[in-house]
Amino acid sequence: MPTTRRQFLSLAGSVTVIPIVTPRPVEATPAMLNTAIRNVVGEAPIRAGKVKLDIPPLVENGNTVPMTVSVSSPMTADDYVKSIHVFNEKNPQPNIGNFYLNPSSGRAEISTRIRLADTQKVVAIARLSDDSFWQVTADIVVTLAACTEEVN
Amino acid sequence: MAVLINVPAKAKRGDIIEIRALTSHIMETGFRHTMDGALVPRDIITSFTCRYNGAEIFRADLFPAIAANPYLSFFTVAKESGKFEFEWMGDNGYSSTASASITVE
Repeated sequence: MPTTRRQFLSLAGSVTVIPIVTPRPVEATPAMLNTAIRNVVGEAPIRAGKVKLDIPPLVENGNTVPMTVSVSSPMTADDYVKSIHVFNEKNPQPNIGNFYLNPSSGRAEISTRIRLADTQKVVAIARLSDDSFWQVTADIVVTLAACTEEVN
Repeated sequence: MAVLINVPAKAKRGDIIEIRALTSHIMETGFRHTMDGALVPRDIITSFTCRYNGAEIFRADLFPAIAANPYLSFFTVAKESGKFEFEWMGDNGYSSTASASITVE
């Protein structure tokens, strides 16, 4: 006797389905990015400008991405950059680094190497000595992701 | 732990000098899994400080998004001859220091 569609379906329904779990990398959301920024900035307005973010627009390997943040500031005793904060949009965690400067820094510029888990936006915010905040945003295309890969 | 420090040996008073510091550290993010699904625990350097003759001139909070073997470059004004001291602190009680000297004319 040929198996009817109804019989087949009832049979299929009784079979315990083993779920195939594909581990999805944890990802920060734009909301997490905003929260992280507000944790640093508070309610203060953030203006665009003054900050320059040097980062390659396309990176092949997200494990080591060179990044330089510079702020146009005279770096004098009464007009200097207090700190630079860098954030990302889609790594598992929104913070990249906080860097604290002072008038004797001479030049408001820092460089480091970062990890990027996905094609995303990087935000750099500078806090000046008058407690104003300035930001710049860069979009980076990442071919090979970092952070969440398997350990061999 | 291997540390690489780059500070000019000599500078004129008032010069703006670049300081580069690199230390070897895995910077395990705490978001990676092994083949059998176990989470690899986080192990990162969380803070870096540079002091110039005892006074703090640069400090950084680091997060898992900083690449392995953290590299940092920053600037300072050469004021007087003396010593730069570097300190890295991190998870699991990690601590490492280094120093470099400068002659200011």
